[in-house]
Amino acid sequence: MNQRTIQVDALESEAIYIFREVVAQFEKPVLLFSGGKDSITLVRLAQKAFFPAKIPFPLMHIDTGHNFPETIEFRDRLAKELGVKLIVRNVQDNIDSGRVKEETGRYASRNMLQTETLLDAIEEFGFDACIGGARRDEEKARAKERIFSVRDDFGQWDEKNQRPEVFDMLNGKIDLGQNVRVFPISNWTELDVWSYIEQENIEIPSIYFAHTRKTFVRDGMIWSADDAVVYRDEEEKVEERMVRFRTVGDMSCTAAVLSEAVDIAKVVEEIRDSSISERGARIDDKRSEAAMEKRKQQGYF
Amino acid sequence: MKVLKIATAGSVDDGKSTLIGRILYDTKSLTDDKLEAIEEKSRQRGFDYLDFSLATDGLVAEREQGITIDVAHIYFSTRKKSFIIADTPGHIEYTRNMVTGASTAQASIVLIDARNGVVEQTYRHFFINNLLRIKDVVIAINKMDLVDFSEEKYNQIKGEIEYLASKSEYKNQNLTFIPLSALQGDNVVNKSENTPWYNGETLMHHLERLDADDINEVSQVRFPVQTVIRPKTDEYHDFRGYAGKIYGGDFEIGDEVAVLPSQTKSKIKSIHFFDKEFAKAKNGSSVTITLEDNVNVSRGDMLVKVAEEPTITKELNATICWMDKEPLQASQKYYIKHGVNDAQAKITQLSSIIKTDFSGKTDNPSELELNQIGDIQLKLSKPLSVDAFNKNKSNGSFILINPKTNNTVGVGFIR
Repeated sequence: MNQRTIQVDALESEAIYIFREVVAQFEKPVLLFSGGKDSITLVRLAQKAFFPAKIPFPLMHIDTGHNFPETIEFRDRLAKELGVKLIVRNVQDNIDSGRVKEETGRYASRNMLQTETLLDAIEEFGFDACIGGARRDEEKARAKERIFSVRDDFGQWDEKNQRPEVFDMLNGKIDLGQNVRVFPISNWTELDVWSYIEQENIEIPSIYFAHTRKTFVRDGMIWSADDAVVYRDEEEKVEERMVRFRTVGDMSCTAAVLSEAVDIAKVVEEIRDSSISERGARIDDKRSEAAMEKRKQQGYF
Repeated sequence: MKVLKIATAGSVDDGKSTLIGRILYDTKSLTDDKLEAIEEKSRQRGFDYLDFSLATDGLVAEREQGITIDVAHIYFSTRKKSFIIADTPGHIEYTRNMVTGASTAQASIVLIDARNGVVEQTYRHFFINNLLRIKDVVIAINKMDLVDFSEEKYNQIKGEIEYLASKSEYKNQNLTFIPLSALQGDNVVNKSENTPWYNGETLMHHLERLDADDINEVSQVRFPVQTVIRPKTDEYHDFRGYAGKIYGGDFEIGDEVAVLPSQTKSKIKSIHFFDKEFAKAKNGSSVTITLEDNVNVSRGDMLVKVAEEPTITKELNATICWMDKEPLQASQKYYIKHGVNDAQAKITQLSSIIKTDFSGKTDNPSELELNQIGDIQLKLSKPLSVDAFNKNKSNGSFILINPKTNNTVGVGFIR
């Protein structure tokens, strides 16, 4: 018997509390899993919330088809180790059937197309709570998000008419067809997530660590040239650079950063000293002042 | 590092978002890309200053109208402390969002426009801070640059707030007055040369010094059970753990506990957190507890120490802040959510509307409108285990949910 006293860090305790509320209040929850650091952190928190029982809901990945291969390999292995069901739905299927149209040109991205596939999957399985790793510190529209965020049956976020959320009482009552997006790590910062991954010794995909990669520069950002899905003009010169990725989105909209951080301690140090925000390397947020808000209104995360 | 949660309050155009932007700027918490975006947008709009509210007003409608509609949560750290600021709206229409932001705050900043002094919204914000029992309240007298940094003006506003405070029944509140200009940065992070008559600290210095204690001041331990964990695997065939978060005190193995509302007695057998066991668990920890006896415990039940039991009741007296467009009327039915527990509730009496300038009550009103605060009595469909709000914030508060819309329509404080 361990005689230590447990005083769990406030952020961890809050997240675990939220997970338990989801399982108690909803019939069919799902954890939206992208293979990125935030959703990997969610998986660890879910394990802690229900141990020694298994995680009592499946993981679901909306695969754009343009994900980093390292992430996909990691995703499949993690689900197998946990013994948790993994649902994958592919954006490619909707493109093939003509339900959505793929963008073309130098800024083409499948990021926006995920929403349609996500909403289809929520309907297909009847999920009433979708747990995600969004954090309020990421972006100014996300800073407005509730922990239990109600979406209507079109998946829409009514940002001007959100439910009051007082103390830690979470109101999960919804009508049939609605769903709730749940954000257990709302109050974590990027540095909190990295510190937690370090403290808990959690495995993450290799693209988060500095590695040599064929890259090119456009609009001041570094793009991966290894991957055919990233559009590149002929005059955009390919060079090898030591880089890592700070977020793991669709390859077509996630830029790399120059980095020497080859292990988790160095990543934490680098984030602490960084003068650029995490989403500064995401072209999907730069489309307009309200890019994230508009996507969220339509059912995006 | 400890985190201090702060809420801001103030009327429209008192400069809350600007103040937060200024804090972020002066503490060098804005990253280069965010600062560039603010510079660019400010230029586009033809301002000759940086419009810091662009850092926090995250919704299109907010930027269009230049007002804050909903709470934004802002995160930053100095070398001494980490902060979460809930930037809450000032407009009367969005008071409920102010309550949302302030409910989890340990400290609050009430902004006052030095030109206008104390206005109706100031009363309301001051009152809500008192209702929520927020211990540390900073009265930030802003826009001092527009009143020539007048000491007389500052003292006049200070006097009015002190008079208000003298009428409040919450006496443990610490009030701090700071004259500042959010736009120009006087006394926000850096001490101003324009207020030689002011001997106090800058706002940031003051916030860095505040203790980040739990929002519960003093109370007895409460453990509302969220869910029962029964793995039914070979290894844990007979495991039956009660998962929840500890509020207000500590639990250790061997503690004699009562299961409420049945009042069955047992002892704590083990305390689990993930794959480890612990002898003791502290206030605020989300743990899993097992008991020595095979008693019946389900979601919504509460474990407490024997002889420290709360009131078990089917009737409540409470002060309520109404947050819905459809007014509250006596005899209506709602769901009540008390912590993780649910019941049905009928409003048996709407006794009064409380005036937020502490000037008294209106008795026996017919209804309570959006953003009004009143005293009510409730009858419950099943007994709840409750404390008074001033004894235990988490076990002394509840929300009401409209069964037709599922919306959270009111927040209650048990008396």
